[in-house]
Amino acid sequence: MSKVTDAFLKGKAFIPFITCGDPDLETTKKLVKAMEEAGADVIELGIPFSDPTAEGPVIQEANLRALSGGVTTDSILDMVKELRTTVTVPLVFMTYANVVYSYGNNTKTNIEGGTEKFLQKAAEAGIDGLILPDVPYEEKADFQPLCRKYGIDFISLIAPTSHDRIRTIAREAEGFVYCVSSLGVTGVRSRITTDIGAMVGLVREATKVPAAIGFGISTPEQAKEMSAKADGVIVGSAIVKIIAAHGADSVPYVADYVKSMKDAIR
Amino acid sequence: MSKGRFGIHGGQYIPETLMNAVIELEEAYNHYKDDPQFNEELNTLFREYTGRPSNLYFAKRMTDDLGGAKIYLKREDLNHTGAHKINNALGQVLLAKKMGKTRVIAETGAGQHGVATATAAAMMDMECEVFMGEEDTRRQALNVYRMRLLGAKVHSVTSGTATLKDAVSETMREWTNRIADTHYVLGSVMGPHPFPTIVRDFQAVISKEIKEQLQEKEGRLPDCVLACVGGGSNAIGAFYHFIDDPSVQLIGCEAAGRGVDTFETAATLATGKLGIFHGMKSYFCQDEYGQIAPVYSISAGLDYPGIGPEHAMLYDSGRAQYVAITDDEAVDAFEYLSRLEGIIPAIESAHAVAYARKLAPTMRKDQIMVINISGRGDKDCAAIARYRGEDIHE
Repeated sequence: MSKVTDAFLKGKAFIPFITCGDPDLETTKKLVKAMEEAGADVIELGIPFSDPTAEGPVIQEANLRALSGGVTTDSILDMVKELRTTVTVPLVFMTYANVVYSYGNNTKTNIEGGTEKFLQKAAEAGIDGLILPDVPYEEKADFQPLCRKYGIDFISLIAPTSHDRIRTIAREAEGFVYCVSSLGVTGVRSRITTDIGAMVGLVREATKVPAAIGFGISTPEQAKEMSAKADGVIVGSAIVKIIAAHGADSVPYVADYVKSMKDAIR
Repeated sequence: MSKGRFGIHGGQYIPETLMNAVIELEEAYNHYKDDPQFNEELNTLFREYTGRPSNLYFAKRMTDDLGGAKIYLKREDLNHTGAHKINNALGQVLLAKKMGKTRVIAETGAGQHGVATATAAAMMDMECEVFMGEEDTRRQALNVYRMRLLGAKVHSVTSGTATLKDAVSETMREWTNRIADTHYVLGSVMGPHPFPTIVRDFQAVISKEIKEQLQEKEGRLPDCVLACVGGGSNAIGAFYHFIDDPSVQLIGCEAAGRGVDTFETAATLATGKLGIFHGMKSYFCQDEYGQIAPVYSISAGLDYPGIGPEHAMLYDSGRAQYVAITDDEAVDAFEYLSRLEGIIPAIESAHAVAYARKLAPTMRKDQIMVINISGRGDKDCAAIARYRGEDIHE
């Protein structure tokens, strides 16, 4: 049974996202521990990418801060390995296809790329799932079978524009189904206008894998409203904003925020 | 399952939010590409509005000067708006209109694709917004003004390196934000399927004309065709109808910037490796962790860290060769063609002229070379003057 799916058994799940290495890996480690203690059920760890095309300005800037600080995929893998000695919460990597595909590939034309090497190391470090926002259903064959080989859930996304695709995607979902709440890129929104209930309904017709809603959620009220319609909520930009404001001193602020969000959906 | 492959390259590596949009686009394109009325409308626009066919001009002085192959210039610079970009822009905006879209968005590097899209949008009464790297809005200020004059809204993109790749990323982001009434007019043979195929088909008119015109003038095929390559749309347009003619050598000229052995280069095939970015699997300039490299070229239109998937396939199979041309060589060629033939080429196209200067002298006098002059160089005059240490004000 998937550790990520199991995390939804205790009630509505709260899933925070942070970018690794923003502002540095020491802070990331502290943030993961603090968020686990504050009630996070799964933690999404972003591996920064130079050109994150699905992100709004807040997470774009976090990616830039992390990369300027010198963080690499290898230093992140080392950090996860170290965290795993004390942290038990399921950890999921969120990054872009090229970070996985090009990992450790020093040849020009190796078709296999570095995907397998990346997944092997991620599994060894204790990663439970992988989210690649630029890999839709049609292209997941490059990644999902290898994820299975190493016991990592390949987490699929559905969007407000998915319509008839929802069933197809959900049928093969692992871990949880990442339901994108709104059009556009990641970022805080004052209102979410998509009919989330209908979207989650279609997911539930096709799979027993839980559905979590992400994109645009920032307040406890929104979290409560969204979690009533699904099995969990994902929050990224609102947390990254706190980190941007407080840097290495952000840990207590983030912990308080995660606690307030988790309390709101209990 | 995966569609739009060129060998191992291509595909559709995009957010789920955009998948139904590209599926809808593919269905519409498959319907209209063989529709006689659509093709008649497009061909009329090509003829009456763009001024096609563009001339195939025998460059006598250049031929004499280089002393080798007989050189012809395909004059895409004579098209309305001054570059080959109008071929694709008219095709896609017409297609978008047929699909019931009322708004088009586009990325632009040198500004030529932005101007072409703004032009087509003005003529077909569509709303138009163009995303351009801040760095490029500075070095191509004239084109920013042209776009505004044509009624387009120009967004200056400040993320990343503030050049073409960031403009593409930002346009993709904008498309995920507003899809229902909006078509993304991608400017090169890149991005997710079906864009590399659609853009190639609209640009293939270049090689179709070259073939017919040369048949008329010389009664035979050329021995080689040269074109500059960034994403690769003018090159694939110039190559396409010759791919099945093995006697025709196809040569793409990449931008080496300050040299392929420096970090200030945009020569993807010379320095890149396989990757997945901007919707496609292809070759990309990147570091050991897959972070996309900040590339550099004097030419804003070639300043891109990737190459279209069909070029990647032609490179793999060896059907086309790709060479790298430095800023210095391109600027020399820019001046060379101006003085010898009275034709000021775009700095992008000057990369192809630069390689012609090396290759033509090694060829026999009975051989024929065609260089695709993809655009005109008026837009580059201020930047080239600065490169030569002269500060001119437009």
